[in-house]
Amino acid sequence: MKYLPLLWAGLWRKKTRTILTLLSVVVAFLLFGVLQGVNTWLSNTVKDTRVNRLYTVSKISYVEPLPLAYLTQIEKVPGVEVVAHQTWFGGSYQDAKNMVLSYPTDIPKFFEAYPELKIAPEQLQAMQRTRNGALIGASLARQYGWKVGDRVPLLTSIWTKKDGTSSYDFEIVGIFTAPKLISLEQNFLMNWEYFDESRSFGHGQVGWYIFRIRDASQSTAISKQVDALFANSLNETKTQNEQEFLQAQLKQLGNISFMVNAIVGAVMFTLLFLTGNTMMQSVRERIPELAVLKTLGFTDSAVTTLVLAESALLCVIAALVGLGLAAVIFPIAGSLIGGTLLMPMGAVVAGILAALALALISGGPPAWRANRLAVVDALAGR
Amino acid sequence: MTTLVSVKNVVKRYTRGKQKVEVLHHLNLDIAEGEFLALMGPSGSGKTTLLNLIGGLDRPDEGEISVHGQRIDKLSNRELAKWRARNVGFVFQFYNLMPMLNAERNVELPLLLTNLSRARRKQNVQAALTLVGLADRASHKPSELSGGQQQRVAIARALVADPSLLVCDEPTGDLDRHTAEEILDLMRTLNQKQKKTIIMVTHDPKAAEYASRQVHLDKGTLLEDQRTAA
Repeated sequence: MKYLPLLWAGLWRKKTRTILTLLSVVVAFLLFGVLQGVNTWLSNTVKDTRVNRLYTVSKISYVEPLPLAYLTQIEKVPGVEVVAHQTWFGGSYQDAKNMVLSYPTDIPKFFEAYPELKIAPEQLQAMQRTRNGALIGASLARQYGWKVGDRVPLLTSIWTKKDGTSSYDFEIVGIFTAPKLISLEQNFLMNWEYFDESRSFGHGQVGWYIFRIRDASQSTAISKQVDALFANSLNETKTQNEQEFLQAQLKQLGNISFMVNAIVGAVMFTLLFLTGNTMMQSVRERIPELAVLKTLGFTDSAVTTLVLAESALLCVIAALVGLGLAAVIFPIAGSLIGGTLLMPMGAVVAGILAALALALISGGPPAWRANRLAVVDALAGR
Repeated sequence: MTTLVSVKNVVKRYTRGKQKVEVLHHLNLDIAEGEFLALMGPSGSGKTTLLNLIGGLDRPDEGEISVHGQRIDKLSNRELAKWRARNVGFVFQFYNLMPMLNAERNVELPLLLTNLSRARRKQNVQAALTLVGLADRASHKPSELSGGQQQRVAIARALVADPSLLVCDEPTGDLDRHTAEEILDLMRTLNQKQKKTIIMVTHDPKAAEYASRQVHLDKGTLLEDQRTAA
């Protein structure tokens, strides 16, 4: 600690240069924090999924519908416990840009298939009594300030009603939570019967099937059995467990993890040159001062440590500011997409380690130069 | 008087391009404890080289250098650095203060290498600044001080760890006559009252008059050794 004033003063020797370098590193670590945060969040989301919950979608594409008649056939497959179905409603509230993750479904079975969902039994019963009822996630309710009893019209870009309009009226009868599967708290669930009767086309079709199996180790075998049921039909299927299903969906966006790492890697690589250059310049300008330190009795290793510590101070301060900003931005981004996003601790630790590595690598060459400095030559300006 | 510094048969060579130049030729010199020695001679005579060798900043190619009976030419780089921190105070022509640190922090630098507490370091720094008459300038940065004041800060830095030997390379070379005399007066006081042994390289015969002994070097050889009444 006693060397801190010396390090701090050295850092601010050229204020403008230090501020510009700090800003660059702050922005880089802000990016690092946000991207790593997204990466970790996606990994955790995939990790939180269940392998005993299977999804059956059209083999062509998961947006292609499947016949409702498949439900009873899937139920008959040994090992299958409960089968629900869902359809993409494509809903929005008031304006097309206010997208709502809305799904017509078989409510009781859906809640059986997702035991993570928590709801008051009377609300579930009210849903069965109310044809145009809706159950919404707590996060969605918070986002729009909706509460039980509210009447909410949803627009759909897909399912025109028989009367030619695209607006469906709903009455919110319940609000559910999903502490262990937070993304579901953005869902807006409606009775499939109300939807199917109202829409002008696609009757008797559903988007996909979701079912639970007794033994998770049988997921591959059961998937094959289900797909075999519909092989060579007009609507062939592809069945995967939830984890595989989510991974497949994420893959359609590209290899996110690779993209994130590539971007972060490129930024860090550029940063190496920037901070390395700053440290080199700083040491070059201070050759006589470093020589004086050695004259006063600072050993070669002490001077080397001082240069490295200065580099670490620069990188770690900037990284902490960058990661701090990312930690502030992350929940805000979460609220924009309606979820609860918190900066994972792992991303903060990884950021600080990256900052130290950056300091060590960029500070290494100037520190080595300081170490090799011959006092007599440096004092004589040679 | 006890011998503090003993230079025996020292040879120093430098490589300039492809040529090896012998700067000091089998030089012998003893400096007693408490002496104020002026090392004089024309440019290139080897004064600063000799001063660097005695101060432990450089090593001889041949010969021996002992300070307090300890062979410093035998010490490793690390040992030599630690030896300098304990035994030698340095004063340079251009002060060589850290521009971004204030006077107090500049003077504190040698004490960072000790185990003294923060309070004790501060106390010693105050004492050193008071001794050089700059207690009221502790918070000033070098750029806010005159040349003479900067050199006083440099002297305080040289003194703060209480070394027995002060080596000064042209300490008044960058100062006007009046300020130079003030600095030389201060050095004489340190020699006489604080019993510091001082070796001062100078071109200036007037500055040399403040010393108790003058040694003249020319082309790496000791020419003249005279004691004065100073």
